[in-house]
Amino acid sequence: MISVLLLFAPVAAALLVPMLARRLRGIHTGWFVLAVPVLLFVYYLGFLPKVKDGGVHIGELSWIPSYGISLTSYIDGLSLLFSLLITGIGSLVVLYSIFYLDKTKERLGNFYAYLLMFMTAMLGVVQSDNMIALYGFWELTSISSFLLIGYWYTRDRSRFGALKSMMITVFGGLMMLGGFILLYIMGGTFSIRELISMAPELAEHSLFVWALVLVLLGAFTKSAQFPFYIWLPDAMEAPTPVSAYLHSATMVKAGLYLVARFTPIFAASEIWVWLVTSIGVLTLFWGSFFAVKQTDLKGILAFSTVSQLGLIMSLLGAAAAAFHVEGAAETMFKYAGFAAIFHLVNHAAFKGSLFMVAGIIDHETGTRDIRKLGGLMALMPVTFTLALIGSLSMAGLPPFGGFLSKEMFLTGMLSLGELDLFSPAAWGTVLLVAAWIASVFTFIYSFYFVFRTFTGKHKPDLLPKSAHEAPAGMLVSPAVLGLIVIAIFFIPNVVGNWIVKPAVAAVQPFMYGSPADVDVHVAAWHGHITPELMMTIGIVIAGLILYGLLPKWQGVYRAFPEYLTLNKLYDSAMVFSESGTNRLSRSYMNGQIRSYLIYMFSGIVIIVLGSMIAKDAIHVTMEGTAPIGAVEIGLIVVLVASVVTTLIARKRLTAIIALGAAGYVVALFFVVFKAPDLALTQLVIETVSVALYLLAFYHLPKMSRHDEKRKFRVGNALVAAAVGLMMALLAMSAASQKALPSISQFYKDTVYSEAGGGNIVNVILVDYRGFDTLFEIAVLSIAAIGIIGLIRLRLTRKGDSSEKQ
Amino acid sequence: MEILMSVIIGFLFMAAVYLILSKSLLRVIIGTGLLSHGAHLLILTMGGFSGSAPPVLTDGVTDFADPLPQALILTAIVISFGVTALFLVMAYRSYQELETDNMTLLKGNDEHD
Repeated sequence: MISVLLLFAPVAAALLVPMLARRLRGIHTGWFVLAVPVLLFVYYLGFLPKVKDGGVHIGELSWIPSYGISLTSYIDGLSLLFSLLITGIGSLVVLYSIFYLDKTKERLGNFYAYLLMFMTAMLGVVQSDNMIALYGFWELTSISSFLLIGYWYTRDRSRFGALKSMMITVFGGLMMLGGFILLYIMGGTFSIRELISMAPELAEHSLFVWALVLVLLGAFTKSAQFPFYIWLPDAMEAPTPVSAYLHSATMVKAGLYLVARFTPIFAASEIWVWLVTSIGVLTLFWGSFFAVKQTDLKGILAFSTVSQLGLIMSLLGAAAAAFHVEGAAETMFKYAGFAAIFHLVNHAAFKGSLFMVAGIIDHETGTRDIRKLGGLMALMPVTFTLALIGSLSMAGLPPFGGFLSKEMFLTGMLSLGELDLFSPAAWGTVLLVAAWIASVFTFIYSFYFVFRTFTGKHKPDLLPKSAHEAPAGMLVSPAVLGLIVIAIFFIPNVVGNWIVKPAVAAVQPFMYGSPADVDVHVAAWHGHITPELMMTIGIVIAGLILYGLLPKWQGVYRAFPEYLTLNKLYDSAMVFSESGTNRLSRSYMNGQIRSYLIYMFSGIVIIVLGSMIAKDAIHVTMEGTAPIGAVEIGLIVVLVASVVTTLIARKRLTAIIALGAAGYVVALFFVVFKAPDLALTQLVIETVSVALYLLAFYHLPKMSRHDEKRKFRVGNALVAAAVGLMMALLAMSAASQKALPSISQFYKDTVYSEAGGGNIVNVILVDYRGFDTLFEIAVLSIAAIGIIGLIRLRLTRKGDSSEKQ
Repeated sequence: MEILMSVIIGFLFMAAVYLILSKSLLRVIIGTGLLSHGAHLLILTMGGFSGSAPPVLTDGVTDFADPLPQALILTAIVISFGVTALFLVMAYRSYQELETDNMTLLKGNDEHD
């Protein structure tokens, strides 16, 4: 219960922060905000001992019980790992942003409100056991990401990037919702835990594959997998703290979380293994290859993030593959799941610090263009050290955490080669080779990032600002992350036992009963030369050679025609859908009142007649009807004649008089049907109306049909006939079948005793329904005011504005 | 009688809709007038024509016409008068300002979409 409410602590704080910020202008808003993630981080740390032994914490708050929808805080190994990442990196990012964002120039209230909203959303995603709540939080992360990317909304690129990320991730979110609903149809519950417990039955269901593909679409769009990755590079328009937080450490990992979370359900399907692994490796390769093309520091990091996400994705695929292997927990297949989670932690640490470094460089030199940078090593020694730690860890070199998880990644890929799940059998080898080449490119872009920026010739005349070391406060956060990167290398098994293994046990319950069963020991040196070590040495050698020759082959990238890229495809799809929908709405919203009325009348006819037919409500009976007298026949003849006259009248006066005649006939009908009050009112009103018509007619032009074409009139007649038929049927059916007795008896019985009147109609109007009459008078007054306004109103004519000058 | 009145109501609605869809503003307004006549008769018909005396308490009479539809119609008559008056003034003013009563020309200009 408390843990569920704490999910909303950041959003609640977001309500208070702007007020505090206004009170205490001298202090940077970030200092107040910082307390939120730090406290939550400490709170979640408290769960570690329990979760380490395989325990889970469940908090539940009922939301829509009738549909089985509740807010949950389900903390097992996997969600605890993510919660710690979200709050831990969140704390560091907020600290960093205090120095990054100027308190006088930026709208900090907005920034921190969005950031806190994101924090709640992301915590909700990883802790929700209920799929509908998960979906809600999922979309909230997309929305807060949209707001944060567009934070500098006056820039075109920011708005473009924000919209692009929104379009792609929300599309994926909707697909995912579809998958969730299919799962609900199959399993009858929204709870992920319950679905996992019935995983074997679900796998037999015919909708299983559809649910699988839809859920994967959600994961792939969010985690920027090929071909949906295109939004991530454009999301780099966000302030750098946001890029470090959302677009490398947390939000883009939501897709990985989703895949990990649903692995116990979908691992049974070979399609799942196939798709997750192949798309992961493809993304890994694609991202690392194109990272070298980038010239913007954050662009390099964006593509590298895409590639690293692909790496983790492929490992999750390999982890699911272990489901299909007998006794996987004793063979080399056990490594993939561990490696996925382990690399996820490593990546969050080193990529977070690299983004902060890129932000520092931008902040202190005024540019992120790698062609203008160079030789900053002497000017910014601390930043250089931090960049070096992050990059070498990313490249997979010792003594940094990245080396260990990269080795295990290679183990995981090697294990795929042993699998007979893939057909053709060579596919496993193809994946292995692609992964190896991608690792070479990872090595190259890591070196490219750090050495192009910090070594070489310093070009002070190209820089907007004279470069100098960043203030100490700004360096704290990346330094902490850098220390973590080194610490992981030296104490990998502490991290493994406390954080990684509980998460692995949650991802692969089909292999492990509790975290203690995960028999993986991380070591930098295995005591002998392993194939993985050979591959790593190969990567370093090939990487060094290619990095040295970079200027010779960088021209390769220009060989790709621009019009074939995915970005181009997205742009033209956007343009097409925008102009297409515009054309569509213009085609029927043509500004003609007649068209709109026709839509309305047709709609009414279709709905009313349709439901009358569907409900079999059309009944006509002569039973119990009043007899037809001679007077009535006479009145009907006159009424029809006068209506026909209004229809065919050529002169205005004829039409008005015919309308008046019809009105008087209606008054006579009221007399016949025993409604004297109505008859009197109708006579008075009709007389005044005719007078009004005559008055207006004096000012209106001669009646002209304005060349109504035959087609026009036939169309009108058809609609009119349909409405007439509908009303006639409605009236007949209503008169022929009384479902309930009239409530009028109540009035008849009480009119004298309660209201002391004899004329029932009048008493109803002024007594029982007095308020109706009051409002009726109000309507008349409004009409009168409107009329006065209209008559007095003098609209400015076109010539007037020029006269005023 | 109810069946016959139903046909008349359908006829009134048909004529009203036809006029409302036409191009001349005055005919549109006349159409709304016929529409309200149709609606009033519809309410009355739906209540049925049973009852042999007006709904006014008189000694010895118990078979009244249904008073509730009449009360509703009374309100409707007055409101429809207000609407007609407003329409007529609007037509008058729009003709003064725009110098046309052709419905096809009375639409928003293209600059605004």
